Amino acid sequence: MRFYCFETSADELIANAAYIGTPGKGILAADESTGTIGKRLASINVENVETNRRALRELLFTAPGALPCLSGVILFEETLYQKSSDGKLFVDILKEGGVLPGIKVDKGTVELAGTNGETTTQGLDGLGERCKKYYEAGARFAKWRAVLKIGENEPSEHSIHENAYGLARYAVICQENGLVPIVEPEILVDGSHDIHKCAAVTERVLAACYKALSDHHVLLEGTLLKPNMVTPGSDSAKVAPEVIAEHTVRALQRTVPAAVPAIVFLSGGQSEEEATKNLNAMNQLKTKKPWSLSFSFGRALQQSTLKTWAGKEENVKAAQEALYVRCKANSEATLGTYKGDAKLGDGAAESLHVKDYKY
Amino acid sequence: MSAFVGKYADELIKTAKYIATPGKGILAADESTGTIGKRFSGINVENIESNRQALRELLFTSPGALPCLSGVILFEETLYQKTSDGKPFVEFLQENGVIPGIKVDKGVVDLAGTNGETTTQGLDSLGARCQEYYKAGARFAKWRAVLKIGATEPSELSIQENAKGLARYAIICQENGLVPIVEPEVLTDGSHDIKKCAAVTETVLSAVYKALNDHHVLLEGTLLKPNMVTPGSDSAKVAPEVIAEYTVTALRRTVPPAVPGIVFLSGGQSEEEATLNLNAMNKLDLLKPWTLTFSFGRALQQSTLKAWGGKKENVAKAQATFLVRCKANSDATLGKYIAGASGDSAASESLFVKGYSY
Repeated sequence: MRFYCFETSADELIANAAYIGTPGKGILAADESTGTIGKRLASINVENVETNRRALRELLFTAPGALPCLSGVILFEETLYQKSSDGKLFVDILKEGGVLPGIKVDKGTVELAGTNGETTTQGLDGLGERCKKYYEAGARFAKWRAVLKIGENEPSEHSIHENAYGLARYAVICQENGLVPIVEPEILVDGSHDIHKCAAVTERVLAACYKALSDHHVLLEGTLLKPNMVTPGSDSAKVAPEVIAEHTVRALQRTVPAAVPAIVFLSGGQSEEEATKNLNAMNQLKTKKPWSLSFSFGRALQQSTLKTWAGKEENVKAAQEALYVRCKANSEATLGTYKGDAKLGDGAAESLHVKDYKY
Repeated sequence: MSAFVGKYADELIKTAKYIATPGKGILAADESTGTIGKRFSGINVENIESNRQALRELLFTSPGALPCLSGVILFEETLYQKTSDGKPFVEFLQENGVIPGIKVDKGVVDLAGTNGETTTQGLDSLGARCQEYYKAGARFAKWRAVLKIGATEPSELSIQENAKGLARYAIICQENGLVPIVEPEVLTDGSHDIKKCAAVTETVLSAVYKALNDHHVLLEGTLLKPNMVTPGSDSAKVAPEVIAEYTVTALRRTVPPAVPGIVFLSGGQSEEEATLNLNAMNKLDLLKPWTLTFSFGRALQQSTLKAWGGKKENVAKAQATFLVRCKANSDATLGKYIAGASGDSAASESLFVKGYSY
């Protein structure tokens, strides 16, 4: 049997996955763990306490004009249960704004013994139970980040296999419990390799992922893919958005079946403006694209917003405007209509690359 | 390295795309000497070289037929044969916008320890053979892998062996200028339902595309020749629309968009069934990033063979019959076929033979 689940759930998964891929919309990745958000807050001199984490997310979710540009927001577990200062659950604010709440379900990476710093992702234990609870709390999709790197001998066949099969197991458990799994096999940008190397590795990794998903009877129509864009390594010379677009879309054409409704790119270490321009170029490319191409950005949506906010109540309005600018720009990029004229906020052109970034 | 981009890359991509032209498809005329013998005995014709030459000349020179075709798969003997005017078949086809192809596999052998499952042979010196075929004018090749559905079949071994064989064949072809048609046929034999066929087809295709990726095959320079997804031969038939939905869904779940065209085999389907099913697929309102066309052997030639009966005086009638099937399938690739185009009862005759060995 292809897909093991209750028939009614399959329709819901398919509808939700398709909705997330609505042209003109994308995902805000606001699922930074407590540790990770601490780093962000530290960079703007804000204390990493629950009230500040709540205040930041309230700022984002209530930003005027932002929600219409979004089809989903990925949350960290703590945020799934938090409320606005009015006492309204964030998940309700999102739902009323036509935005599906999602939940990060992985438990970070651990090293693979015998490799050169390669990792696998944990989080499968009790995952079914956790998914059920998240569904009850209003979540309708999930996210699990697998990480691979490019090096002399990396990614190894071992790392590719482990990460692909971890993703597949996570994906089918999600589907058994009503959550659309976002499949995220991130290949880090770290390195001095050229774009062709990145393309070759991306194709190999994605082919392994879709073989694993098939082996695990995952319903592709009820999934999303969150891949890296195909770019030169962080230590290599940059190339134009059109070049990134061509290599990225070709890699996807060679590996991602048409049954997948949407591809929602991660931004990696790209600046806000870079990420938007690259996404825009992909949507302008005249070639076969049977899936919609959109965004699932964290840093590339929040960077200038964070800087503008700096933790101060009096900056909230300006910070919300900064978020709206990025949301609108990316919304246009999913339609290939971004003109590159977004008012660049503080840090919008700033690279967000941190070597060997640990979330 | 991802895909192997050798000196023939651009040509391979162009050829594959041309073969997948909407409105056109492939005539599979690559029956081995043994197999064509079976066809001939069915119409009381002697299996000698001149008769084999006569049949293929009949097909290739049928007025109006070649415009419906983008390619013809040939058996090695035919690659070097000529029309009665002395023109090489290959040249005749090329002059009429039809690309000659060549069957390169050497049949199936049993996989020890399995329940009658097989693998396909033909890799030895395949590179050198491909070079010869390229010189002779061939620009695409075909290799048939066979799987079956049963209580414990297809086994993981059979799937892996056949997928890897196809991948190895495919890359060798591309190294030598031939577009490989990748054919993983899941036989219709059995009493399983259409869902079982769908599940097996998806599993097999998934393994095939993983293997092609592992072997660095350039997907833009390949074609896929799969079975349609249908109930087993011993099960109740279903409507073309149902076959279309299951088939296209299976392909959407497994065949990367980079593949330019999917050219279906007809298996044991009658001429009319095969056409109706192909037509239904092209009418289906589901996003299809590859063209869907035909690579039919029996389902293009059955009524033509009967009309010919090996007699010179029947050639014109046989050619007219052949044109009817070519036109019908050409229309089917555009979703424009209107059923009953041929009043010939032979067109509705099932061509299923249990445990068919080519």
